[in-house]
Amino acid sequence: MATPRIIVVGGGLAGLAAVIKIAEAGGTVDLFSIVPVKRSHSVCAQGGINAAKNLKGEGDTTAQHFDDTIYGGDFLANQTPVKGMCESAPAIIDLLDRMGVPFNRTPEGLLDFRRFGGTLYHRTAFAGATTGQQLLYALDEQVRRYESEGRVKKYEGWEFLSAVIDAKGVARGITALDLRSMELRSFAASAVILATGGIGAIFGKSTNSVVCTGSAQSAVFQQGVYYANGEFIQVHPTSIPGEDKLRLMSESARGEGGRVWVPRTQGDNRLAKQIPDSERFYFLEEWYPKYGNLVPRDVATRAIHKVVYELGLGLDRQPMVYLDLTHLDRETLDRKLGGILEIYEKFVGVDPHVEPMKIFPGMHYTMGGLWVDFNQMTNIPGIFACGECEYQYHGANRLGANSLVSCIFGGFQAGPNAMKYAKSAPAVEGDGGAAAELTRQSGINAELIKSEGTENPFRLWRELGTAMTEHATVIRQNKGLKQADDKILELLDRYKKINLSDRSQWANTSFAFTRQLKNMLELSRTITLGAILRDESRGAHYKPEFPERNDAQFLKTSKASFTGCVQGPRIEYEDVDTQFIKPRPRRYDAVK
Amino acid sequence: MASKTVQFEIKRQASPDAPAVWERFELEWRPGMNVISSMMEIAANPVTAEGKPTTPITYDSNCLEEICGSCAMRINGRARMACSALVDKLEQPIRVEPLSKFPLVRDLQVDRSVLFENLMRVKAWVPVDGTYDLGAGPRVYPQQQEANYPLSNCISCTCCMEVCPQFNEATGFVGAATIAQVRLFNNHPTGKVLKEDRLRALAGDGGIQECGYAQNCVEACPKQIPLTNAIADVGRDVLGQKIKDWLRG
Repeated sequence: MATPRIIVVGGGLAGLAAVIKIAEAGGTVDLFSIVPVKRSHSVCAQGGINAAKNLKGEGDTTAQHFDDTIYGGDFLANQTPVKGMCESAPAIIDLLDRMGVPFNRTPEGLLDFRRFGGTLYHRTAFAGATTGQQLLYALDEQVRRYESEGRVKKYEGWEFLSAVIDAKGVARGITALDLRSMELRSFAASAVILATGGIGAIFGKSTNSVVCTGSAQSAVFQQGVYYANGEFIQVHPTSIPGEDKLRLMSESARGEGGRVWVPRTQGDNRLAKQIPDSERFYFLEEWYPKYGNLVPRDVATRAIHKVVYELGLGLDRQPMVYLDLTHLDRETLDRKLGGILEIYEKFVGVDPHVEPMKIFPGMHYTMGGLWVDFNQMTNIPGIFACGECEYQYHGANRLGANSLVSCIFGGFQAGPNAMKYAKSAPAVEGDGGAAAELTRQSGINAELIKSEGTENPFRLWRELGTAMTEHATVIRQNKGLKQADDKILELLDRYKKINLSDRSQWANTSFAFTRQLKNMLELSRTITLGAILRDESRGAHYKPEFPERNDAQFLKTSKASFTGCVQGPRIEYEDVDTQFIKPRPRRYDAVK
Repeated sequence: MASKTVQFEIKRQASPDAPAVWERFELEWRPGMNVISSMMEIAANPVTAEGKPTTPITYDSNCLEEICGSCAMRINGRARMACSALVDKLEQPIRVEPLSKFPLVRDLQVDRSVLFENLMRVKAWVPVDGTYDLGAGPRVYPQQQEANYPLSNCISCTCCMEVCPQFNEATGFVGAATIAQVRLFNNHPTGKVLKEDRLRALAGDGGIQECGYAQNCVEACPKQIPLTNAIADVGRDVLGQKIKDWLRG
């Protein structure tokens, strides 16, 4: 039979990992990305990648990594795929090492490992504090090698618009938009893999990159793919608030000994270094003596919120706390954390070797995502998903340094599984629905380009971000969630009166953004409605009205399906695979 | 308008063939604002300083943390990343224009794909046998890692190419970024198996001999990559390779 042709959408770690596996197995790939793949959001990952290599004589095991991940995710993740990921992680690190990733080394020339949140082991391999960048480059280089051999064709600067689905409900390709010429085209494929990352833009400002809008996920969700656990959003405890985004300050800062504190006394305005140790409140260390500053992110984030909003101890009464590295040796800091210290100094203008950094929690990671089975395939045959855009590996809260490994592992599953599927998929009839889908998309485009309303899309987006950040992040109240949901409905209504100030047919970024905005609005209701219905607290989803985890009712994956009605997505529940580790209470103030 | 404002002059060009025009913008000052956040502000309110409605500005950006390499442009005459160009540290009016050495797409967006083509030409990768489990990688001592890591930090922003007097159509020079990657992969225990191919790729027209040692590249690099050292090292290796190839006949 002919060589299977597979489309991969997204060129971050997960997408590139899938591409490499397909090319290696003899398939050919059309790779679509909004940005040149080397500029994908994976470059922003800083601290490292987890694998229980046990090179520090601590007795770490993949079983321990598995347990930490399931426990950290508050038992919401299906255990079979997570077990597979943790068992594969050491070989993934070896492979990356062979590809030339400049991991930090021990004096003997072996891989160095550091600590990260939610574990007591040194399990995180790292390349300075720019690990994501280094990993992405390694995969980018391998893909370029396959590109030179003609196995991969890149469509950089093209945006995915929709899947092409035939009359029998099987995916047969995609439609995409050339962001320069604004040309709309369909592309046929035996299978489609989405690897389109997180949805940070729905929250306005986040640690995510500009392209992380969730638009592709939303498009296929509106075409019938389930969206699972949408209500689980990770707010990272340490980010630098900014005008345009929240810049991540890696957990590795605490992994290397960084301490979080505020002055014990309200209104203590002395400079940080003039405040003696006894008058500093190291609240994470006091509240969580075993894990200290390395509690999981949801726990640290809620603690910072409590210190700032309940105890009123924010620095200068502002929502900020110190992340202090000044007690650590300068040479070690530069060798292990140089990249992030440079970010702080460049964007804040203060030297973190000398003064403690001022940080605050910021929206960071999307635990939920497209529903996939254990083969990474969605409920639409032929559409696969891997990486942050799917829901499978992190449950209710992701542990630090597990995202890079889940992206690569997910891509390594999706690629070969898509190949296998492609070889046995039923032959396409006619054009597989491509013409009909092109007609639908060109209709949407034509309507948008002639819109003559009064609403500026960028301002609607800001309003969405403000409402979502206020009501659907750290602390969730049903009343507030309802307000956010009403706001989304209002914005969907105002979207009908959109004013596209740019009507040109060349590199029109407003046009592309406005299409993304519609998809953001549709997808954001899986978060608000999913959160309203989940009357419990689990991992990153915290409701003071329901402070306990409720396994009897909610040890379940939520699955949202698009309805197109004003009531919003329909949400059903599916049992979680807990066959290996029995759920137990999750607490970090004691040894688990 | 608020008491304190920020003045911008931005070069606009609707398409590669359209005439270039400068537009002025006056924005409300906010603490910590940078050139990208200012352009986001313009998108939310696309009106010039004269009160004339205009279009949001087309530009490349992604991470906004100076790690993806997208938002390189000329700001007050200097090639740099727009996300880390803090308004408070810039002289006003802030003049923003596209990089000048690359084909213009629209406004501040240019086509820099030549760099990725160059990386393919020099085989900037480690030729691994496969992705299946083949055990641990080669042993690398911290000293080697510390020499290679800075080279591996290149974000492909092309600032080094923009400021290089030799990077132009007449020479076809590959530019400093690509040469530094040759250094990186030739240093790697497995990557060096392709060393001769890479050196030969830099030996002909547009290769390393086009470098005029102006040293602008190392000044402009936002990641402080030791570009001139890399050029010197690779230049020596290319020469050695030429002699070797000549002796071999």
